[in-house]
Amino acid sequence: MSTLASFQNQVKPNWCPGCGDYAVQMALQQAAVKLNLEPHQLALVSGIGCSGRIGGYLYAYGMHTTHGRALPFAQGVKLANPELTVIACGGDGDGFAIGTAHTIHAMRRNVNITYILMDNHVYGLTKGQTSPRSDVGFKTKTTPTGNIETPIAALELALASGATFVAQGFSAQLPQLVDLIVAAVRHEGFSFVNVFSPCVTFNHTNTYEWFREHLSDVKDIAGYDPHDKGAAARHIMEKEGMLTGLLYENDRASYEQASGLAGFNTIKNVEKMPQANFNKLLEGFK
Amino acid sequence: MKKQELSWKAGGQQGEGLESLGEIFAAALCSLGYDVYGYRQFSSRIKGGHTSYKLRIANHPVATIASSCNLLIAMDPDTLEVDAPELTAEGILVTDTAWLEGKKPKVRTVALSWNELSKADGTTLPKNILALGITAALLGIDTAKLLPLLEKQYGRKGAEVMETNRLALETGYEYIKNNYHDLLAAFTMPELENPQPKLFMLGNEAVALGALTSGAKFMSAYPITPSSEIMEYMVKYAPAEGGVMLQTEDEISACTMAIGAAYAGARAFTATAGPGLSLMAEAIGLAEMTETPLVVIDTQRGGPSTGLPTKHEQSDLMAAIYNTHGDTAKIVISPSSIEESFYDTFEAFNLAEEYQCPVIVLSDLQLSLGKQSVTSLDYGKLQVRRGKLVKDGLPEIKSPEYFKRYDLEAEGSISMRVLPGTPNGISLGTGLEHDEVGRPSENRAMRTAQSDKRLRKVRSVVDTFESPLYEDAPYPQSDLLIIGMAGTRAVISEVAEELREKGLRVNHVQIRLLSPFPVCALNHYLQEAKKIVVVEHNATAQLARLIKMNVPPCPELHSILKYNGDIFYKEELLAKCKEVL
Repeated sequence: MSTLASFQNQVKPNWCPGCGDYAVQMALQQAAVKLNLEPHQLALVSGIGCSGRIGGYLYAYGMHTTHGRALPFAQGVKLANPELTVIACGGDGDGFAIGTAHTIHAMRRNVNITYILMDNHVYGLTKGQTSPRSDVGFKTKTTPTGNIETPIAALELALASGATFVAQGFSAQLPQLVDLIVAAVRHEGFSFVNVFSPCVTFNHTNTYEWFREHLSDVKDIAGYDPHDKGAAARHIMEKEGMLTGLLYENDRASYEQASGLAGFNTIKNVEKMPQANFNKLLEGFK
Repeated sequence: MKKQELSWKAGGQQGEGLESLGEIFAAALCSLGYDVYGYRQFSSRIKGGHTSYKLRIANHPVATIASSCNLLIAMDPDTLEVDAPELTAEGILVTDTAWLEGKKPKVRTVALSWNELSKADGTTLPKNILALGITAALLGIDTAKLLPLLEKQYGRKGAEVMETNRLALETGYEYIKNNYHDLLAAFTMPELENPQPKLFMLGNEAVALGALTSGAKFMSAYPITPSSEIMEYMVKYAPAEGGVMLQTEDEISACTMAIGAAYAGARAFTATAGPGLSLMAEAIGLAEMTETPLVVIDTQRGGPSTGLPTKHEQSDLMAAIYNTHGDTAKIVISPSSIEESFYDTFEAFNLAEEYQCPVIVLSDLQLSLGKQSVTSLDYGKLQVRRGKLVKDGLPEIKSPEYFKRYDLEAEGSISMRVLPGTPNGISLGTGLEHDEVGRPSENRAMRTAQSDKRLRKVRSVVDTFESPLYEDAPYPQSDLLIIGMAGTRAVISEVAEELREKGLRVNHVQIRLLSPFPVCALNHYLQEAKKIVVVEHNATAQLARLIKMNVPPCPELHSILKYNGDIFYKEELLAKCKEVL
């Protein structure tokens, strides 16, 4: 039986004190325990940026990949070894700038992995530039007179891309975040959890206080049905994306189910093709 | 037995079934035991635009196109402009009468009306199969011998479709019999001794078959000419082996996903051409840095940028070795025949796992899309080697202890590889410089040591790679050494043979291991040659430069370069070699 300590590796993160990413790290560790995982059963794949470092901050198989490419890597891992629990993590630069295409296509494809996007509306590791999630008017080193580009609507984009599990959490609401991650991992197919993870150093606009003020929980919406896509879209738009909780889920077949891999997957059993199969393929050239 | 051969070509508009015509005919010839080489020329449009399919039919192995042509079937007027000059004096031209206006062919000509010929009761006969019937008549091939292949191509489309095609075949044949009786069997087919059916295989199919045979069951790729047939083969046959071919959103994803799958224990690969290779450069660096096995097939075409998407070139050599930023040590191999495309792809997966690094298999358009008869492939000699892979039995470790994935003390600088999911094997991986367990590290000594580890480990490939050179080099001292890579092997062989017949001592090598470079294997040929030519399809003499970079002091190299999109033909290459001599 694993405990919280099983997933701690005593490495001191290079995050600033107060960074929202600590809560994501804690939530992942708690969720892993709740899911009865052993550390070796978890593959944590991350991108680049402050968030990307999380791959090395849990005691599990961690792979810190290139900027924006955690999702393609993670899908490859999962398809090759479906027994692993595969969680991809990244920031808003990873998922909504350099890697936007992968985000959209991972949602369409629906491989059974979980994607946790640590969303702080700013580029932290490069010391404070605008992000595709920055609000209009947000001043940074690269937008000294204020951001003039419309932020990407993360949740609407997920719905439009065919995501089968869309949730949103907040670093200051740890129990909810843990539950969302557990549900996301249990979801059969691609699960997307956007987490507001404030940057205390380079974003003095979207602070913990700001999020607390603006966010509301879907549980407080009477009759909210996460299986009703139209209603989910309407609520998300009305609240301009400032909702937490499980926003949408459906049971569309995962890539593995639809492709047949769920029934017959020998990808990681590497051996020379049996002679009979080889001979059969040669017949095709006659 | 005397070497005999014939060359057949059909030209027409894209979308007219030229490819089916060529493929059915060639497959039929293979089943009859002939050696054939088929090459299609096309532009990157689907309908319209002149295209052609050329077949060389022989009683000895052939692996390149003939520059001349004995029988030419014109299915569009462009063929008369573009392809007719290839006809030999004894050749035959089949054309529509309408296209001959004001022209007087110098060769024997079958003039017909395609429109009239394709008219039949209640249906229109397909022009391409009419052409097949005409071909059969002129070459004296019994149409009954073509029917099984026609059945294979059209049988599944229903009895009616099959009947129309059968009728077209007979109509074409009868047309010659009734109107050009003296041209029935106008050509003598090459004489065969003890004919055995042969396999008819595309270079790209040989690559995919090599991958599948080696246990590679994961391919992620993005379609691009001239590599897409690899995806198409994998998507057809990987599922039966429990695998998958996944078409990604772009080449970055394709390459990264393959690395992810390989990290998890698969034999995984992607295939692309120049533009895709450029996009994959960063991901290839991730495989290098994390010491993850990866196989990338690059079927070269004309560059830079979109370049000549459907034309032949060999200009990705430097990119294949160097396009990733930083100090990287990939293995780059280059098959020089369809058979080697099979064997080398199989071996690429062994190398990737043994050396835990990216392996690039450098093919080219001629090799990828050239389709030829293959006598056999030796399944028995192939062995899967997975290198230092730990599967289980590791001593117990607990957080915060890690498995030393990047152990600096490892023999040959190749450390033990452990797959995620393995108990007691937990380790980290990162594209950052790292310490022995994979934690990011900027420690100077660690940086130097890890960098040296990665660069050092691949050096021994030059000693272990079975055939770093294809060698057709019978002379201890040569008057001329011809060096090539990939698809130029066959044409160079023919040139060498002809020069030897004139009494010249000509040695020929194709470089199959491009990185790390097989200096020792090549050097003695260089030192023992009076003249050296390097034949390649690019403008900047990339192969010659690579040789000079690696072989100091290097004797004088004469470059023979062609980069107009077309392949080398025997006569032109012969003339250029003679200039050097």
